[in-house]
Amino acid sequence: MTVTSESKKAYWRATIRFTLSLLVIWFLVSYGAGILFREFLDQFSIGGAPLGFWFAQQGAIYAFLALIIIYCIGMSRLEKKYGIEG
Amino acid sequence: MDQQQWSYLFVGLTFGLYIAIALWARAGSTKDFYVAGHDIHPALNGMATAADWMSAASFLSMAGLVAFLGYGGSVYLMGWTGGYVLLALLLAPFLREFGKFTVPDFVGDRYYSKVARVIAVICALMVSFTYIAGQMKGVGVAFSSFLGVPFNWGIFIGSFIVFVYAVLGGMKGITYTQVAQYVVLIFAYTVPAIFISLIVTNNPIPQLGFIGNMSGSEISMLDKLNTVVTDLGFTEYTSTTKSKIDVFCITAALMFGTAGLPHVIIRFFTVKSAKAARKSAGWALMFIALLYTVAPAVGAFARMNFIDTVNEATYIADSENYEERAAAILAEGGKPVPEWYKDWEKTDLLKFNDLNGDGMMQYRGPAAPDGLENEVVPNRDIFVLANPQIANLPGWVIGLVVAGGLAAALSTAAGLLMVISSAISHDLLKSTFYPNMSEKGELRAARLSAFAAVIAAALIGAFASSLPFVAQVVAYAFGIAAASLFPIIVLGIFWKRMNKEGAIAAMLSGLIPTMAYIIYFKSEYGSEAGWWFGVSPEGIGFVFMWVALAVGIVTALVTPAPPSAIQQLVEDIRIPGQRGALHE
Repeated sequence: MTVTSESKKAYWRATIRFTLSLLVIWFLVSYGAGILFREFLDQFSIGGAPLGFWFAQQGAIYAFLALIIIYCIGMSRLEKKYGIEG
Repeated sequence: MDQQQWSYLFVGLTFGLYIAIALWARAGSTKDFYVAGHDIHPALNGMATAADWMSAASFLSMAGLVAFLGYGGSVYLMGWTGGYVLLALLLAPFLREFGKFTVPDFVGDRYYSKVARVIAVICALMVSFTYIAGQMKGVGVAFSSFLGVPFNWGIFIGSFIVFVYAVLGGMKGITYTQVAQYVVLIFAYTVPAIFISLIVTNNPIPQLGFIGNMSGSEISMLDKLNTVVTDLGFTEYTSTTKSKIDVFCITAALMFGTAGLPHVIIRFFTVKSAKAARKSAGWALMFIALLYTVAPAVGAFARMNFIDTVNEATYIADSENYEERAAAILAEGGKPVPEWYKDWEKTDLLKFNDLNGDGMMQYRGPAAPDGLENEVVPNRDIFVLANPQIANLPGWVIGLVVAGGLAAALSTAAGLLMVISSAISHDLLKSTFYPNMSEKGELRAARLSAFAAVIAAALIGAFASSLPFVAQVVAYAFGIAAASLFPIIVLGIFWKRMNKEGAIAAMLSGLIPTMAYIIYFKSEYGSEAGWWFGVSPEGIGFVFMWVALAVGIVTALVTPAPPSAIQQLVEDIRIPGQRGALHE
């Protein structure tokens, strides 16, 4: 392995930042939109469903999937940037 | 062919397929047996993980739970999918990089302690046995209600099939059978869902029908359902009577629990690298979402259909002359009890009690505006089971649903057996008591403990007929996993300073109070009024998870830091490819 300890450290710092920002979105789409702010969002609707209810039963799941896909792409980029093989 | 013959045909065909796969994918080494040679493609592993994960509870109970609870059922939908984000971001790639065989392996090595390893084994066994009881119950229910086989015989046949492929093939056999089981179960779930969506909303895609209008009308399906259920005295479908804090805690306990379940985590040991583990988590969630986004639609449609066909129908007590009586009622302009209802009544999943003696079936909620009492009590599992018949689908669709339900239960049971057998043969025997055991000896021990675990699981299942709904039994396992295993795995990766003492303290302070709370509040002494902060036993794991985290961190800070070799290990598992040489 020729990866320097400097770039390993930078890679790990970037990973933590990236992970935390995705977890914030994870919290917002499920606990936020689906539970805490459900009543507020329910005054809007998507198709024939109240928006908060829709997030709790559909939207959050789609968002979770999108988050993992973004994470995979983002981590591959980080690995390339810092010369880590993955 | 009638319905039962179709069921026999599909169950026979799928069971034959699973055994054929088992014979083809025999395990030759411990590495094959525990982690399928670290060689499974991420997408295939994703599919196997989805089958491993989606149990009898997901397949049989979930749509029914959502149908009854409406918005309240969202805890299961979000809770059982959101955990994959945590798995992908916080656990799977790092544990794969660590590159060993089991969850207690990681705990034992990372916390340089046999005591910690043994406690982790106990946590893993607690979680897995709680969980497997629910699966075996599901197998028994499927056999007894569809194939006319007694409940205990059903469990015996199911255990035998799992035994064949788990003992012969280990993780390798289980992986390939799970892939086949996923295909069977997703097909069995979506086919009836598409038909019922067409009937109710005229849209073949259930996810779109869910937010669409009723067939031939301008009223949205959910608005209509809200009106129908509130008129009968139930809570509005898109709302709930549960407290916000309880909804929050149950969802969180299920999410963090998912990320702490050993049988899910070990699936990510079967792929090639940390990068493959990340991708695999994405594939897994995609395959899971295919079922989980359909389930709420099935729940809503089923509730609508159930009320439409059963409420205010004229009951026919005499099953022999059903058709004659039904025709007579129709001729008088009445609504006879539907045929599927009479079929399912035999299984005790539906009960009718003519309280007001008018011969009609009044289905009412607790606050019915017309003051009538409820006379129809359906079991939640009925909705998925009877759905094809409610929607008038042909007999082969019903056979398919039976095979799908069995696939869901068996695939999860096999994954759990793997955790139980590897905890005993690898973590207790090889790593703790007999470190000199040869590879061959360990493989033999692994097979023997898989055999013993199958027998134990069958016995638990046979006595489990008195347990509550499949989904509820399973929900407790999540609380236990969230409070005991999740905190120390995450701290072990993200906090170098975490040490042996902290890990032991954290596991015990999560495991013991969670178990005690569940046992106490499920016994005759506990009542809802006594719940701490209004949190139900299903959600309490989330509260004790924070207790465990806090206890672990404080204990670690007042005791010596871990040795430098361990700190180096933590740095290595954070960077993909650093432990390449150790992967063998």
